[in-house]
Amino acid sequence: MTSSTQRAPIEATSGAIEARLPEVTAAGTAVLPPSRPARAVTAIVALAVAVVAVAVVSAGTGQMHLSPAEVIHVFAAKLGWNIGTAPTAPNAEAVLMSIRLPRLALAALAGAALATAGALMQGVFRNPLAEPGVIGVSSGAAAAACGGITLGAAALGPWTIAALAFAGGVGTTFLVYGLSRAGGRTEVVTLVLTGVAVNAVAGAAIALFVFMADSSAREEIIFWQLGSLNGTRWPYVAVAAPIVLVGVGGAMALGRQLDLLTLGERSARHLGVDVERLRIVAIVLVALLTAAAVAFCGIIAFVGLVVPHLIRMVLGPGHRVLLPASALGGAVLLMAADLAARTAVAYADLPIGMLTSLVGGPFFFYLLRRTRRQSGGWG
Amino acid sequence: MAALLQTRAVEYSVGQAQILRGIDLTVRPGEILAVAGPNGAGKSTLLAVLAGDLRPTCGQVTLDGQPLHGIGVKELARKRAVMLQEAHVSFPFSVVDVVRMGRAPWGGRDPDADDAAVAGALGATDTLGLAGRIFQTLSGGEKARVGFARMLAQEADVLLLDEPTAALDIRHQELVMSLARQQADRGRAVLTVLHDLSLAAAWADRLALIGAGRLVGIGPVVEVATPERLSELYQHPIRVGLDPATGLPTVAPRRGIAVCVA
Repeated sequence: MTSSTQRAPIEATSGAIEARLPEVTAAGTAVLPPSRPARAVTAIVALAVAVVAVAVVSAGTGQMHLSPAEVIHVFAAKLGWNIGTAPTAPNAEAVLMSIRLPRLALAALAGAALATAGALMQGVFRNPLAEPGVIGVSSGAAAAACGGITLGAAALGPWTIAALAFAGGVGTTFLVYGLSRAGGRTEVVTLVLTGVAVNAVAGAAIALFVFMADSSAREEIIFWQLGSLNGTRWPYVAVAAPIVLVGVGGAMALGRQLDLLTLGERSARHLGVDVERLRIVAIVLVALLTAAAVAFCGIIAFVGLVVPHLIRMVLGPGHRVLLPASALGGAVLLMAADLAARTAVAYADLPIGMLTSLVGGPFFFYLLRRTRRQSGGWG
Repeated sequence: MAALLQTRAVEYSVGQAQILRGIDLTVRPGEILAVAGPNGAGKSTLLAVLAGDLRPTCGQVTLDGQPLHGIGVKELARKRAVMLQEAHVSFPFSVVDVVRMGRAPWGGRDPDADDAAVAGALGATDTLGLAGRIFQTLSGGEKARVGFARMLAQEADVLLLDEPTAALDIRHQELVMSLARQQADRGRAVLTVLHDLSLAAAWADRLALIGAGRLVGIGPVVEVATPERLSELYQHPIRVGLDPATGLPTVAPRRGIAVCVA
């Protein structure tokens, strides 16, 4: 049989089937669901409004109580507007501008940084359980900071400790990333167990530094382990803000590529993603964001786990919406958590890291169970 | 007719194991080239080399005359599309979003063309009704069709498919192969790994048989798929018959004899 006699029946068969099929290019009239859920814009606006609302309420709450109208008056006056009502309490402006506002700003920045870092890390590891705190990045940063405190490092003056925390965070991120990859993949078990190991080593290092430290250094070390926004000053905000803005902006630019990465590294490459480069850029951004938050606030865990998960439940997994929404959601969550930390117990400033872990720990457990159920065991 | 994708003396080895040896083949525009061979023969490795995922240890792969590894990932994504055997998505994306990802190489410059390609691909693969479903909730065969739709939506001129019909029922096997035929008839080059040689005989223009990393035969299916060659390649007696309705070869194992385990 020659090749031409073989071809004829194929055409007959394929013709018969094609008659029942829509043409690949001619069927463009079908109405497709929109690529971004319509509620994405609504949700982003709602979150932005929530950021402002929580900020105004929180700024007015504390030992000196101010009404929202009074808070707005003070803020607006700085911009040259005259709205709201002038506060009656003396020093109200000083309390707001030099104590409450920098603290709020840092809470918002740290929350945005941690939530964005979480979403980014989950995207790049293709795993909803990845989070800077869970895998040990925060404790790595804290260990470096504690070492600096105990050994009295002062190479960079007042910024030494923050710089060490930053370096520790970046270093640990790369370490965990390198250790938990095998054959181009990162499995849940490997990732979480690597986190356990890294957390254990960092915990031991912190314990060693506590043992070696004098009493004032010990007190300072407690700050890193519990996480607190107490005593925030404007210079901290001035250093953290550009890092967080660059980090969040950079993360948002990776949105589309992270979507494609969910198909797997090979398929992402087939669709034009330079996977190696994406991975490195994302890891650098995660390190930057986490380290910036930890350097000034200490360990605040689980924000990066809880916020992206909730956003995904409402808005779906698309990273172009998830990343900005997580940044805003993280800011709202941490500002609200800080408000609770300041006001839950009268005349006491609870460590915010303790609060987030109290809520985030059980949530992590729930996620773990859920992920396990969906994948039918860890195998 | 110009060759679109070509390999010259391609070798690939990992450590001591040589997986591909001296592969010379050409995937031409307007044809379906089926690749078959026993498990572990190197079919998927060959596909990975052709896709640009693996760099051959020796030899050269060219796409439109350019060395494959000199082409940037973005440009490559507009020239060739790949459908892998395993369709996996890590987060709960909807089917339509997954198929939309196939448009990524085109950068979203023309949303109307993107929508037309996505709707066309969904319609053609009989998955339009699944468009709003979450990918993870689909059956294996549905996932495979969505993967095929994503590959179609990419609108590349070279299509590389790794067992696109493995998870499909008879109707959808025929559907997917007819779509591959349609793509070839439009001047695209299609290479597909297939285990089902009768399916290859019905739809492919040429068949490449691979055994132990070597090309043991390439050409029109009727010439390559002889009982002697297939029996030796698969280490199992194989019958090649003719379908009385179409005159096409059908390939089946001889049954009722002990399977030889060397």
